[in-house]
Amino acid sequence: MEQPQKTVQQQLETATRSYDPNTGLETRDMLLNIGPSHPAMHGIIRIVAKLDGETLKDIDVEIGYLHRAFEKMSETVSYNGVMPYTDRLNYVSPLINNMGYCMAIEKLLDLPVSERAHYIRVIMSEISRVTDHLTCVGASAMELGAFTVFLYMIKAREYLWELVEVVTGARLTISYCRVGGLKSDLPEGFAEKTHAAFAEVRKVLVEVDQLITRNRIFFDRMKGTGKISKEDALSYGMTGPFLRSTGVNYDVRKDFPYAIYDQVKFEVPLGTSGDNLDRYYVRMEEMEQSMRIVEQCLKQIPGGPVAVDPQTGKPMEASEMVDRAKMGQIDKITDKIAITDPTLEGSDSRVHDKILVSEKRVSLPAKEDTYGNIEGLMNHFKLVMFGHGIRPPKGEVYFPVEGANGELGFYVVSDGTDKAYRVRVRPPCFTIMSGLHKLLVGEQMADMVPTFGSVNMIGGELDR
Amino acid sequence: MIWDIVIKLVIAGAVFFFVLNLAGAHTWLERKQSAVMQDRIGANRATLFGQRLLGIPHSIADAVKMFTKEDFIPANADPFLHTLAPFLSVFFAMVAFAGIPFGDHLMLGGRMIELQVAKVDVALLYIFAMLSLGVYGVILAGYASRSNYALLGAMRASAQMISYEIALGAGIAGIVMIYGTLDLQEMVRAQGGLAWGFLPKWGIFLQPVAFFIFLTAALAETKRTPFDLPEGESEIIGYFVEYSGMKFGMFFLTDFVETILVACLATTLFFGGWQIPGLSVAGFNFFGHLIAVNPVIYALLGVMSFTLKVLIFCWLFMAIRWTLPRFRYDQLMRLGWQYLFPIAIANVVITGLILALVK
Repeated sequence: MEQPQKTVQQQLETATRSYDPNTGLETRDMLLNIGPSHPAMHGIIRIVAKLDGETLKDIDVEIGYLHRAFEKMSETVSYNGVMPYTDRLNYVSPLINNMGYCMAIEKLLDLPVSERAHYIRVIMSEISRVTDHLTCVGASAMELGAFTVFLYMIKAREYLWELVEVVTGARLTISYCRVGGLKSDLPEGFAEKTHAAFAEVRKVLVEVDQLITRNRIFFDRMKGTGKISKEDALSYGMTGPFLRSTGVNYDVRKDFPYAIYDQVKFEVPLGTSGDNLDRYYVRMEEMEQSMRIVEQCLKQIPGGPVAVDPQTGKPMEASEMVDRAKMGQIDKITDKIAITDPTLEGSDSRVHDKILVSEKRVSLPAKEDTYGNIEGLMNHFKLVMFGHGIRPPKGEVYFPVEGANGELGFYVVSDGTDKAYRVRVRPPCFTIMSGLHKLLVGEQMADMVPTFGSVNMIGGELDR
Repeated sequence: MIWDIVIKLVIAGAVFFFVLNLAGAHTWLERKQSAVMQDRIGANRATLFGQRLLGIPHSIADAVKMFTKEDFIPANADPFLHTLAPFLSVFFAMVAFAGIPFGDHLMLGGRMIELQVAKVDVALLYIFAMLSLGVYGVILAGYASRSNYALLGAMRASAQMISYEIALGAGIAGIVMIYGTLDLQEMVRAQGGLAWGFLPKWGIFLQPVAFFIFLTAALAETKRTPFDLPEGESEIIGYFVEYSGMKFGMFFLTDFVETILVACLATTLFFGGWQIPGLSVAGFNFFGHLIAVNPVIYALLGVMSFTLKVLIFCWLFMAIRWTLPRFRYDQLMRLGWQYLFPIAIANVVITGLILALVK
């Protein structure tokens, strides 16, 4: 029988005494417990390292500190009820998770979704991809000591999150997609806001590029560290910017185009050496490409105006109204009506059809129908009542989307009831974490920081 | 005799007071400077009598917090050495100021008062000695804490100090050769007047290479970004990871005091110390016209000039700190031994050749 591999701790406890041949002094490797509470271990993991001086000789990676039983929880609620849980997978780019899960269920239902809904989903997930990369690059730079870069990146992310907030009403826990469509349409003036935000983001990217790309210290810290070969990356099942930095041209958006990715032009940046520097370059370029996709989508998106025309008072963004109410400034909002979900206009509105598929077994009716006629009310209750809801046919389905870290796949098994029999997520950073020792062993302790930063480990996604 | 002692005490007190307050103000300056660089507002929540005063009360709030926090000594640590380390650290940083001349001599009541705490003939060596001793505090903190993180920090600190002290010493050799003295007061006096008729005879103009070696090595001495490896807050948290309360505060203070010390040294060695171009005891030379200046005012102007230069350097160090990322251990060693040290030696050789030819 094969002996189980010894952990670092066991190795050190059972180590025989060794002596330096030159000096005759006894030498011992040092055990260093890094995490789970350590400034570089954002997202909570633990690395037990065997150190020789500053060199990492061996590491044990311990994950699971953020396990919240996402998959089990998904089996206990209705299909649409899973949506808030998916927000909390990769909480830096939640819109991509939303989209991935919805598209998996839609595939299970064999449900065609309106083109406008697909465009909006793509726009939102590309914006999320930019925010994710901004966070990742910024955090890596911060851990290298360039704190200013991090704050610049966060400033840029702020512009994008404002966009997300305008559309979804929330910044992080957005729960925006629905099986068969979306919660609401884009607000009025979204395209202008997006162009303005992108202009700011591009400014920041140029600034950051000037600050660190040709900075000798940054370059030396990133170049050649955290290296992984093409073969290793493939054998561990790594995807996303991590795999592309090694030169493998694999991007779910290109290789298995979903939604409307086949209708937009974009390039997939590739690295050559698979080190931290290449991953940085790939991420920086991907941000630009994502913005390019959004700009094309905004040009091509079908459909017209979307926001509710208010009858009385001045309209106000729903999100702004919520903010005011939180601060207790009720008087400022009493005479206003909220610009909300266009679905409030009713099913006779053109908009409702544009973002939700007109399939009564899946989509909630427009609120006016729910409140206005018996068919709408029945339809509503048939979808939201306990024991009712969306009932996909028996079967199983796997649907991958390109998450910010790589291939984010949802594997869903349906037994024909209103709840999934099994939901399994293929989180992109899980595979990267399983190959972490390939990246770290033999490197310096200080290299752990940029390497781990470039993994962009997101605890919520890793531990689920 | 008694007056001599009183005068020395007053000067020492004044320097002590100035340095400590500047270090306190430094925390505020650093916060605001970094905020300006990072598009933030900076700390402004602490209030004094309901006034925010641009966040200045934060320096006081910091001190109050440090003093009132629990003083924690880890179970396995050596309590004596653990306590001694921060004291050593801050002590050597403070006493080094004794060698810095901050003004020309002042004539008061027929007495000539040197504006320098201790007139040491080898002030430069004395200051470097104190700077080197300061690292003992860091090493001791690392070893006495019984923490692997602190130990790594201490190891990094000692390796860094050894490699940079040598580059620093070799870099300074050029300036010592030019001015022919180790007495800092004499060195500053030698920097008065003009070289080739238009440039102030400051160290930076006579020894530009030495200045950049000094600046790099001195930044490494202060253990701040990009040379903050002993701290390395995102990697090993640093040699002071097991310290709390005012003991941590003392390490924190040492950082600022050392920055000020290095700024003082840079000013003294390379920017003419208290010299103002054109100003001498005789008066202010304004395009050939001599404007007489009261001797007391002359001395005070010198002190002000010195302070201003020091502040400019402090600001420069801050700007560097908030711009650059951190080196890695081996990269730092390579920079020190393979680049700075040979350049410093080459500088010494070339300076020697030129001096020999000129004489």
